[in-house]
Amino acid sequence: MADKALFEFLTRIGDTTLVLGHRVSEWCGHAPALEEDIALANTALDLIGHTRMWLSRAGEVEGKGRTEDDLAFLREAHEFRNYLLVERPNEDFAVTITRQFLFDAWHRLMLISLQESSDQRVSEIAEKASKEVAYHVERSTDLVVRLGDGTEESHRRMQHAVDILWPYTGELFTDDETDRELSDRGIIPLPSSLEGEWKTHVDGVLSAATLVRPEREYAHKGGKAGVHTEHLGFLLAEMQVTHRAHPGATW
Amino acid sequence: MTAVMERPTLDQIWAWLDQIPDPEIPVISLVDLGVIRDALWKGDTLHLKVTPTYSGCPATAVINLDIQQHLRANGIDKLVLERQLSPAWTTDWISEKGRRNLQKFGIAPPPKDGEHGSYGALLGRVVECPRCGSKTTERISQFGSTPCKASYRCTECLEPFDYFKCI
Repeated sequence: MADKALFEFLTRIGDTTLVLGHRVSEWCGHAPALEEDIALANTALDLIGHTRMWLSRAGEVEGKGRTEDDLAFLREAHEFRNYLLVERPNEDFAVTITRQFLFDAWHRLMLISLQESSDQRVSEIAEKASKEVAYHVERSTDLVVRLGDGTEESHRRMQHAVDILWPYTGELFTDDETDRELSDRGIIPLPSSLEGEWKTHVDGVLSAATLVRPEREYAHKGGKAGVHTEHLGFLLAEMQVTHRAHPGATW
Repeated sequence: MTAVMERPTLDQIWAWLDQIPDPEIPVISLVDLGVIRDALWKGDTLHLKVTPTYSGCPATAVINLDIQQHLRANGIDKLVLERQLSPAWTTDWISEKGRRNLQKFGIAPPPKDGEHGSYGALLGRVVECPRCGSKTTERISQFGSTPCKASYRCTECLEPFDYFKCI
């Protein structure tokens, strides 16, 4: 019998890296400097690489013969399990970098913990992805400090980014039945257990960047259960159109 | 009586593999790069364990194709390529020959200091200019033309160069 909880987790993390990878790739050819264009495209590529490992494993666990491509291109928005944070639109460079930083800080802790997973494949994928994510965290941390503690305009844009994205971070640390079951089985950490260390890291960086963390604790939730904002539908339409218009096409 | 085909020795297999260039950095071979983790015969079938450098690197598919084509051209018909994720590939596995060739090609090779991939260990590293040997270089971006490289600039000879980053 298929392991439903494990499939659920694999799509949560795989959809999260997929949607963020696609979002970041939207910058390709449009970034404010050539080096940043390359950095963003490389980050997107790493995330899509993680997605391939997570979703192909999800397909195996599900046991219905679905491939990574079937899962990425032939599901509807309500079947996606990504966190709402990563489907937020890019807006400006400040929002893109702040979203990346808030995510990277979580991603690093999650992957470190998943390396201890009782599921061998989960632990192997986490080991591989961790090395790449170390570079993502370093870059986004550095940029948040430089732009936050930069010019008047860069500071204003960064503070705006922190303010609008903050309510989407709470979902990263909420636990549900699936999380509790998988945590009991030693496969994943309880999401809430990562929050303390995440906040310490984020607070330190925001403070170095002269940015202020909003006091409000309200958190938008739903992504993990398939309830998304309207932005995901537009993203999927663009990401999936070629695959759907030319079923089975290869090159 | 049927003719028994001699299995090439594993030394021969490794020598063939060492002739296959990396698709993106052709001055080093796949063996130098350290992506082929194991080769063994199971009966008349050759099994190779191949590990990806970066999980999203498009060269991974090309590497597998190049291995199949090259070995087939040398008469290996029964070949199984297995993907190995753990232990994850590290730049420590790049051979000395590979490092020398990278340097000659103008790509600063990664240091072999064992401190890679951990957050915080990536900063403050001295990268020598592969052209003039100067140690006064600066990082332009930790990302570059391929997933495995970062962009640097030498502040003495003023040339930009690629650095094969530690992972």
